[in-house]
Amino acid sequence: MKFAVIVFPGSNCDRDMLYAITDALQEEAHFVWHSESDLSSYDAILLPGGFSYGDYLRSGAMSSTSPVMKAVKAEVGKGKPVLGVCNGFQILLEAGLLPGAMLPNENLSFICRNIPLRVERQDTMFTSAFDEKEAITLPIAHGDGNYFCDDATYQSLVDNNQIVFTYPSNPNGSVHDIAGICNEQGNVLGMMPHPERAVEALLGSTDGLKIFQSILTNWREAHVLNT
Amino acid sequence: MYKVKVYVTLKEGVLDPQGKAIQQSLSSLSYQEVEEVRVGKYIELFVEPHEQLEERINKMCDELLANPVIEEYQYEIEEAVR
Amino acid sequence: MYSTLDISPEKIDHDQLYKEMGLTDEEFASIKTILGRSPNYTETGLFSVMWSEHCSYKNSKPLLKKFPTTAPHVLQGPGEGAGIIDIGDDKAIVFKIESHNHPSAIEPYQGAATGVGGILRDVFSMGARPIALLNSLRFGELTSERVKYLFREVVHGISGYGNCVGVPTVGGEVQFDDCYEGNPLVNAMCVGLIDQKDIQKGIATGIGNSVMYVGAPTGRDGIHGATFASEELSDESASKRPSVQVGDPFMEKLLIEACLEITQCDALVGMQDMGAAGLTSSASEMASKSGTGIEMIMDDVPQRERNMTPYELMLSESQERMLLIVEKGRESEIEAIVEKYDLRASTIGQVIDDQVLRLRFQDETVAEVPVDALAEEAPVYYQDSRQPDYYTAFQQQAPYHPHVEDAEEMIMTLLQQSTIASKEWVYDQYDTMVGTNTVVTPGSDAAVLRIRETNKAIAMTTDCNSRYIYLDPSVGGKIAVAEAARNIVCSGGKPLALTDCLNFGSPDIPENYWQMEKTVEGMSEACSSLTTPVISGNVSLYNGSNNQSIFPTPVVGMVGLIDDVQHITRQGFRQEGDAIYVLGDTAPEFGGSELQKVLEGTYFGTPPSLDMEVEQVRQTQLLEAIQSGYVSSAHDIAEGGLAVALAECLFDAEVGCDVRLEGEATTELFSESQSRFIVSVSPENKEHFEKVVSGARHIGVVTATETMSIQINKEQAISLATKDMKEAWREAIPCQLKSKD
Repeated sequence: MKFAVIVFPGSNCDRDMLYAITDALQEEAHFVWHSESDLSSYDAILLPGGFSYGDYLRSGAMSSTSPVMKAVKAEVGKGKPVLGVCNGFQILLEAGLLPGAMLPNENLSFICRNIPLRVERQDTMFTSAFDEKEAITLPIAHGDGNYFCDDATYQSLVDNNQIVFTYPSNPNGSVHDIAGICNEQGNVLGMMPHPERAVEALLGSTDGLKIFQSILTNWREAHVLNT
Repeated sequence: MYKVKVYVTLKEGVLDPQGKAIQQSLSSLSYQEVEEVRVGKYIELFVEPHEQLEERINKMCDELLANPVIEEYQYEIEEAVR
Repeated sequence: MYSTLDISPEKIDHDQLYKEMGLTDEEFASIKTILGRSPNYTETGLFSVMWSEHCSYKNSKPLLKKFPTTAPHVLQGPGEGAGIIDIGDDKAIVFKIESHNHPSAIEPYQGAATGVGGILRDVFSMGARPIALLNSLRFGELTSERVKYLFREVVHGISGYGNCVGVPTVGGEVQFDDCYEGNPLVNAMCVGLIDQKDIQKGIATGIGNSVMYVGAPTGRDGIHGATFASEELSDESASKRPSVQVGDPFMEKLLIEACLEITQCDALVGMQDMGAAGLTSSASEMASKSGTGIEMIMDDVPQRERNMTPYELMLSESQERMLLIVEKGRESEIEAIVEKYDLRASTIGQVIDDQVLRLRFQDETVAEVPVDALAEEAPVYYQDSRQPDYYTAFQQQAPYHPHVEDAEEMIMTLLQQSTIASKEWVYDQYDTMVGTNTVVTPGSDAAVLRIRETNKAIAMTTDCNSRYIYLDPSVGGKIAVAEAARNIVCSGGKPLALTDCLNFGSPDIPENYWQMEKTVEGMSEACSSLTTPVISGNVSLYNGSNNQSIFPTPVVGMVGLIDDVQHITRQGFRQEGDAIYVLGDTAPEFGGSELQKVLEGTYFGTPPSLDMEVEQVRQTQLLEAIQSGYVSSAHDIAEGGLAVALAECLFDAEVGCDVRLEGEATTELFSESQSRFIVSVSPENKEHFEKVVSGARHIGVVTATETMSIQINKEQAISLATKDMKEAWREAIPCQLKSKD
């Protein structure tokens, strides 16, 4: 399976994301610079964390207008899996690929620590390797991770089963403890916690690896069926 | 040359943790009369004259300068020499 | 020819304008001798920044020569952007620590942020990818609103910059004492990783080669920053605020990636960052090192503000700028790389045969000064040294030996002392994991990062207990180095080398100079004994405020090598039933201790003694035991003594311990005797461990009861719940920050 790791100016978890795929998952991954406009040769697209454009104006705002985002939208339309982590999630929100927006953390400080997380949906192409409502631990590292949406949007997230991860103990003020959501079709996932930082026992946890394994497993199944 | 003053503010109903913190600080400095603080952004654009100036500024705000999910904007245009 | 734009050389001389720039009469006279004429305004500026203490080390040079700086594993000692050590596998570690004290006292957020930015550039200018940051911070007590503000903003500044550039902040320390009230210390250390073949140097060779400028355009910020750092802070310092620079971490991130890509391009000859004294120091130092000169066209220097003069362009300390020497005719290769990152590379001059720094502006030569005169020939001062009266008095005092009535209460008090309390409030704001190499995050004795493509890891720490150094600089200096090494050993590493940041008061005061002298002697002895040479560093003098100097604070940043990731060891007890050992003897030593601070509110007497031979043997034995796999956890005993260290060992796994001690209670629990460790060992390894570590004292066992239980002379002395101790220790700093004056 071939993954694209999109690199925006100021991305800084791009290398971590690449290692998670090449070293831990042992699949193929390539960096793709934000000025590229064709992603059709990739099977999955990863938008890594960081401070693209320094988080200036609003986190993810400038990156959401990059040429590569048009290509991302095209691949989303084809049903390919797209995962945005941290700043990647912020970019997906700003690009309108996921509903809602990010505000500064409630305590106005950057927060970096391991936090407990609940898997709300186990039937997505990103989470099938987890158990139903599994309790996992992943690191967060963000200053603007306070997810916001209005009541109507929240209701549609609930109705369409789009809430994928929640915080049992809310660290940043997100509405309804939301940590990660997917689009209606289920092929775009945005999440604030960092699965790519939890793929090796040496560094403390392998809970994040299951997300990448889920993507791989689902791709393999679809691939076998199609050929 | 025009100077466009763009004010981007949080929509009503969107929590503003920064504003809340400032309000609390003002209160502890004994400015209890301050009931609420909302923090926004002020952006200056220096723009060449253009036929659809306002239309284009609206587009700039919608596309990049403000995020309609949480923010609203207003602007003033004045003549400027640079 | 040498007409300058506004102020004539005669006026500078006659009106003694050079004094405003920080030059003395003697220094100005010597500049006239070197040039054979009076310098113009721009030239006077060049000399004043390059001859400041910050750039020339004119007061500290004679002392710095005493440090051992070589060892077989040292690839680069002092003199370049940063030092380099060999870790095998054709890889090397690049590191350095630097102060940003004065800027942080005036504008804490930007001062701390740009301190981080500057030290990063020192490391990636060598061609290394920065992989870790550490910070050593000192503040006054968290009782005044001003100190709380400084503390909060310094931490925010470090977090804002470090997190954005994507280099994890993995360790460091924060201590609090009154002497830092008006003059906090902000020392930032950066560690980088490099393939040995990629090592770059700041050289300007090849006559005709191009001088290229990459990064942010130059503004008027930070002019005379180096001079500012070489003066004592006063009430007027706030009005010097324009001297403080503003950092742009996004620009820095682009610069890191661009420069590392440039390192792979063989058109590059040399590279140096524009740090203190900006364009002046980078250009003159690169040329001086290479026996060449540099001519620059000031009109071609990228500028952020209008109508800037050559003086301003040369002295500006605008951030995020690099100076490159590039093979003539190959400039476009560099331009192509940096354009990918939306940066610009501008050719602003060339390497010349004459060993001068020549500046051209609007088709005129506006300055021409020998590069060696700027970079190498600053005066060297052998300052007067006098043993302070306080020291003589302390040496004659009878040993201080307090008696603690309620030991349980004292343990709770000590755990809440800001210097001992958990620093979670600080490091929660730092991205400690980006880069996915951090194995041991902040909170243990040393931070540990694994090295990809190898089975190795490195351990890093910063240390300095300035109270001991104040009481006895020679002994205290030894302790600073030894303690850093202990922290490395506890994490399973062999100490390799150190970088130091010598923070002292004004060298013009003979008592301060004596402190410097003795500290350096003590440190040098410890460095030789432990084979940890000094490979880089920085001197920050004139620290103090309102005529009160800070305690001498020579912060030691040490790096060690862990041969195998299996050897990585943490401080916390791990398993119920493991045996607890204390290594090292305990004597009634309380001078400069945390206990003395709590009981007396001040420090006096003599610090704990230190025998380097004992230290070295014990460290070697402990490391051998760790490498043999006999050790479950290891922690050094420091501030607060055995009682505090034991409590800290319980917090990770939330376990308890049952410990039995013999002797005088206050000494056993709270003495700060040196060269001591707490080690836990699983039952099956006890016999092996005792064979390797001679004289290890078996004092108890790890329990599941979640209580710290200590018997002294067979009587129950302490019974404290782990949960209560941990809560008090964790909540202390957030609590102090919230409370009002």
